[in-house]
Amino acid sequence: MAELEYFFFLGCLIPYRLASYEVSARKVLAKLGVKLVEMPEFNCCGFPVAPVNFDLALSLAARNLCLAEQRNMNILTLCNGCFGTLNEANRMLKEDKTLRDKVNGYLRQLNMEFKGTASVKHLVHVLAEDVGQEKMKEHVKTPLTGLRVAQHTGCHLLRPAKRVGHGDNPEDPKILKNLIGLTGAECLDYMDETECCGNTVVGVNEEVPFQMAKEKLDHVKAIGAQALVTVCPSCHMMYDFSQPRIEKAFNASYGLPVLHYTQLLGLAMGFKPEELGLDELRVKPTLLLSQMQT
Amino acid sequence: MTEAVEDAQKPAETEKIDPKFKYEIMKMPGAGKINLCFQCGTCTADCAIARFTDFYKPRKIARMVQLGLKDRLVGNDVLWLCTTCHTCVDHCPQGVEVSSIVRALRNLSVKSRGEMPFIFKNFASNILKSGYVYLMPESRVKKREEQGLPPLPKSNLGDVAELFKATGFAETLETAKTLENVKTKAGSQDG
Repeated sequence: MAELEYFFFLGCLIPYRLASYEVSARKVLAKLGVKLVEMPEFNCCGFPVAPVNFDLALSLAARNLCLAEQRNMNILTLCNGCFGTLNEANRMLKEDKTLRDKVNGYLRQLNMEFKGTASVKHLVHVLAEDVGQEKMKEHVKTPLTGLRVAQHTGCHLLRPAKRVGHGDNPEDPKILKNLIGLTGAECLDYMDETECCGNTVVGVNEEVPFQMAKEKLDHVKAIGAQALVTVCPSCHMMYDFSQPRIEKAFNASYGLPVLHYTQLLGLAMGFKPEELGLDELRVKPTLLLSQMQT
Repeated sequence: MTEAVEDAQKPAETEKIDPKFKYEIMKMPGAGKINLCFQCGTCTADCAIARFTDFYKPRKIARMVQLGLKDRLVGNDVLWLCTTCHTCVDHCPQGVEVSSIVRALRNLSVKSRGEMPFIFKNFASNILKSGYVYLMPESRVKKREEQGLPPLPKSNLGDVAELFKATGFAETLETAKTLENVKTKAGSQDG
């Protein structure tokens, strides 16, 4: 099998707040034989400015895509927002000539041209489609048997389905569930699994998204999950970083650890918790880790 | 906000209706099918935000676009409540991309009124300054080394600035006023 190699699109939120995701992802991917090539001079994917100027968002995304095209590489990202934005821009610009000409008009100032020759994958697509479950199973040295978790795939890995691709079902997502299954942990079903985390509107209104997150945490707790597993830094911020504030706002107590999938996989592959940045989580997984050792 | 709510409850004034407004919106990416909306209400029923506040109603927004109620839509801060989960897009039986229409309305509001919520002004300014949406603290950059992570790539700020300029957003950003946070308790909309 040819070596798996991707242009690594790190994004902004991960280096800013969630090194634990990057650290754990780099560890597990290296062990699985996935080579990450650092992406020089990349810029924000464009997601945060789509609401204020979509042309700018598309242009920022297209510039990143051009960097990948120039190196003849495909992009891997750990973030749903970056995946959604880069992938959607890639597809929209390939399909819509008028839009492509417009964006290429902006890119001309940078001596760049979008051609549409690169593809964009999220971590879960690389694991499920390119690494494959056989190889992943070979690397699971300490299966997490007995651990019961729930997953939150996150909207921008699923919707709009017509542009996301990769065949997951947005009404009943399975890719992340299957990946969790490979670690030996049990992935439990719960009510309203596909409900949005709401984090994207926290900057303009906290009241509504906090209610959404509260409901999610209620549902996950109700089925007795020991942890929630995410693959998006933004969703992770909502459920982990903001969890104490949500508890305070609703006079609730969750204490629910929220793990990046790469941390869960890393544990199953035999990495130590401190190698995977588990100590950096806001909701400490102390109890979870002690339960796993018994 | 209160003004927008009060307006929404008053009968439409014919002289303020802009029958061509929907064509303006239809030209924006993803918004081309607004004419096909037949008001079934699936978008509102399945909207993550509408579940928790009766203030945000995507069906109503779609109808207001069709009717040309531009003055009530442009600058209405209810638009900023969409999470962009895109459930409305996937569930619409007519293939209308409701969240793209909301995006078009947000873009238009920013452009024509020269205002945006603080968070977006902040995000955009940071991108212009650093290429990243957050200004990375020195401590974080240093910690990468301790954690065995490669150095954080430097963005090409010249390229970024050029894109801000070429899209016309550099000018918008420079003079943009900031909106206060959206208060959902201020009132409600029907439908």
